[in-house]
Amino acid sequence: MSLPAAPAATVAELVRGLAAKRYSSVELTRAYLDRVAAAQPELNAFITVTGEAALAAAARADEARAAGRGGPLTGVPLAHKDIFCTEGVLTTCGSKMLANFVSPYDATVVAGLRQAGTVMLGKLNMDEFAMGSSNETSYFGPVRNPWDTARVPGGSSGGSAAAVAARIAPAATATDTGGSIRQPAALCGVTGIKPTYGRVSRYGMIAFASSLDQGGLITVSAEDAALLLGPMSGFDPRDSTSVDSPVPDYTATLADSLDGLTIGLVKEFFDDGLDVECGARIREAIAVLEKQGARVREVSCPNLPLSVPTYYVVAPAECSSNLARFDGVRFGHRCESPKNLTDLYSRSRGEGFGAEVKRRIMTGTYVLSAGYYDAYYLKAQRVRQLISADFARAFGECDLLLGPTSPTPAFRIGDKCDDPITMYLNDIYTIGANLAGLPGMSLPCGFVGGLPVGLQLIGPHFSEARMLNAAHRYQMETDWHLRVPAAFA
Amino acid sequence: MSLNRADIENIARLARLELTEAEIPVYVDSLSRIFAFVGELDRAPTTGIAPMAHPLPGLAQRLRPDEVAETDHRELYQRNAPRVEAGLYVVPKVIE
Repeated sequence: MSLPAAPAATVAELVRGLAAKRYSSVELTRAYLDRVAAAQPELNAFITVTGEAALAAAARADEARAAGRGGPLTGVPLAHKDIFCTEGVLTTCGSKMLANFVSPYDATVVAGLRQAGTVMLGKLNMDEFAMGSSNETSYFGPVRNPWDTARVPGGSSGGSAAAVAARIAPAATATDTGGSIRQPAALCGVTGIKPTYGRVSRYGMIAFASSLDQGGLITVSAEDAALLLGPMSGFDPRDSTSVDSPVPDYTATLADSLDGLTIGLVKEFFDDGLDVECGARIREAIAVLEKQGARVREVSCPNLPLSVPTYYVVAPAECSSNLARFDGVRFGHRCESPKNLTDLYSRSRGEGFGAEVKRRIMTGTYVLSAGYYDAYYLKAQRVRQLISADFARAFGECDLLLGPTSPTPAFRIGDKCDDPITMYLNDIYTIGANLAGLPGMSLPCGFVGGLPVGLQLIGPHFSEARMLNAAHRYQMETDWHLRVPAAFA
Repeated sequence: MSLNRADIENIARLARLELTEAEIPVYVDSLSRIFAFVGELDRAPTTGIAPMAHPLPGLAQRLRPDEVAETDHRELYQRNAPRVEAGLYVVPKVIE
């Protein structure tokens, strides 16, 4: 496989190149579309490529720039996770259920990034309804990790992570319910940010677990994330849990000094489950941050080891409610010749959903059913309170928390398919932030056996700017985020 | 905690999911394992701890004025419908 050269390493570079007229948006868009086409058979990162629409949008961006209109991002190509509704474009959520669904409207995130002038290359592959940690549950087939195509890219935003890692898209939107931005970012050697719950509108983002879902980004660098996060953030009256607080300019504080920053190493993150070599990469990264002026201390979140079982009650409960809307009546898959209404519902759902989605709907149905609600659902919500309180206490002692993103580097496709619990434990370090609604990031911090390792940062609510600042300072001293897999260089 | 075939059939019926014969033993096994795993939560002392339903404590549910904010999109929305006649969604007969 030989790919046409990527026009630039980062979005920041594209922004400068477009401003300096080194290339037009049409040239850029064509170059990325060529890379997408060349890499698609190998990676399967895209579900839909919107080439014609992308070139038309790029031409409009070029016209706007020529007329002196538009902003810094005008003409920058990117791709959206197929969980975001895009008007007039197939929006499948990785499911057979929505394999024919053409969204009649745009998600707020999609509209915001379009308004900022970005050009959509297409829609990215993902685990079905964002339920998975390996991208193996997609109805459209697994995505492959560009660092080793026999391995998973992580999930559920596997298409987003693989596309950015292979530089076939300069940046991608993604979503994170239990680690679905951070874990694939770690496994593919790219930067991922899950903002605070409520920071980014969930309108038009197909719901999985509404008290946990949050939209975000997968990018090459923290600086790129800072450039793109602004236009996709902010209050949205169409999302009842959207938070009405001002969005800072995330780029303004990127290069601030880390003097006086206190970073807490979460003791529970450095457990027996953490691969020894991955742990070594994390400790090397800590040394880099210390050299930058950060103070490091150990903190404990004793209830954090209960985050995975808590999540596997709360998330399926919310999923079973949210996915009740897929009934074969108004949109989505419908079975052939239904005998009666119940048959229409049951067969349409039985045929339209994949194995993991059905498993989670049933888990959720059970924990919400009469006689089990208190024992499972209320119990899990109480433990969720304990986990949140642990974080709140930790943030009394430090500004940011640090740990690994994932216990191991990317595993082989098929390796963890047999036992759901083994798969669920991939998210052991990421789920806590979702339960507490906290922002989190994953940054590339080195390699183990040729595979990328991710460093996780977690901040207090609405501390995205501080987190991006620490991440950017780290990336000023390191170049792990600029490494590209040889086959896609 | 172990579930049996009847439990899975009952859960699937509540969830309106038709399962194939081959799927049932797979879910008997994996849901039993999931409930054994989440059973760990029993070890956490939670007496007097309030359940947490929302990750941003103190955030009240917002209300909006009861005004028409949307126009009619029926035709647009029905393009995604499996079966439509005369602007209506068609389903099997419910009342004989």
